[in-house]
Amino acid sequence: MSTNNHASTSGHHFAHHFRDANHEFESAKQGIWLFMVTEILMFGGLFVAYTIFHNIYPEMFAEGAKQLDWRMGFFNTLVLIMSSLTMALGIYYLQVGQSKKAVRSLAITLVCGAIFMVVKYFEYTAKIHHGFLPGRFLDVHHVNPEHANLGLYFGFYFCMTGLHGIHVLLGMGLITWVMIRAMKGEFGPDYYTPVEGVGIFWHIVDLIWIFLFPLLYLVG
Amino acid sequence: MANTNSQHSGHGSSGHGGHHIIPFQIYIKVAAALIVLTFATVFFHWLHLGALAAPVAFLIAAVKAALVMLFFMGLKYDDKLNQVIFGCGFFFLLVLFGFSALDIWTRIKEISTL
Repeated sequence: MSTNNHASTSGHHFAHHFRDANHEFESAKQGIWLFMVTEILMFGGLFVAYTIFHNIYPEMFAEGAKQLDWRMGFFNTLVLIMSSLTMALGIYYLQVGQSKKAVRSLAITLVCGAIFMVVKYFEYTAKIHHGFLPGRFLDVHHVNPEHANLGLYFGFYFCMTGLHGIHVLLGMGLITWVMIRAMKGEFGPDYYTPVEGVGIFWHIVDLIWIFLFPLLYLVG
Repeated sequence: MANTNSQHSGHGSSGHGGHHIIPFQIYIKVAAALIVLTFATVFFHWLHLGALAAPVAFLIAAVKAALVMLFFMGLKYDDKLNQVIFGCGFFFLLVLFGFSALDIWTRIKEISTL
């Protein structure tokens, strides 16, 4: 843990206001966890709102959930689990000094994220095409809903999966960034802080989808 | 600020530090468990459990979430402080949920025409 030389083998110098490299790592990680709390609270607000309105209009939510194809949600759940595994393995390979394998793992994670978004794209275009839109944009003549306020369900659907989708896109951007840095050999067993942070962010994206899938596609 | 720093350093040096390497096998096992639980979610959905459907689905999701947090996010091996920080997020979410639920049961359900 004690580093006499500030430069690590991967060429990283810890910032002067830190005691040592580990102090820098711990501080950065704590910052990421604080950020994750804001993520939990942001999505948590939506989940609480969903629960409340689901409680008030159970039949209307059931009608909305029937319009979703659970197989797509199911497939995307598996894709995100795979991506979480390869993300974790990317960090593992950096920790044990196998950066080629780490880059490959991060690349697979990126591909999984892209597959998720492609499936999402097909789902969204189908919903929009059939007029299943949020709130007053719901195409009442086309959809002919049993419940007049079906737009509320699709408000939740698009807000929750949309915000989640934005997180997937941001995560993919961040993974690209750490992957390029890993290819340049900037990370190794003694320095991989940015990858660790991006990893935690990516896992929370998976975590949120774990709740979104049964909530929107199944229970309804 | 200096005080919290020195506390933190005491914690870090006596603890396991931030560089615990989780064994490869554990990652594979956790991913396998997550996939099995995803199939379980769909399986229980097919059983049409009625009133139990939502709690069962939520329970499975909670177990999956715990697996992701403990192993993929490495919270099991992380600093106590980080565990408390993340726990705080869920605690305040529970507070929000609790007060909202109270409001629904005692006001909306009783007097609202919604």
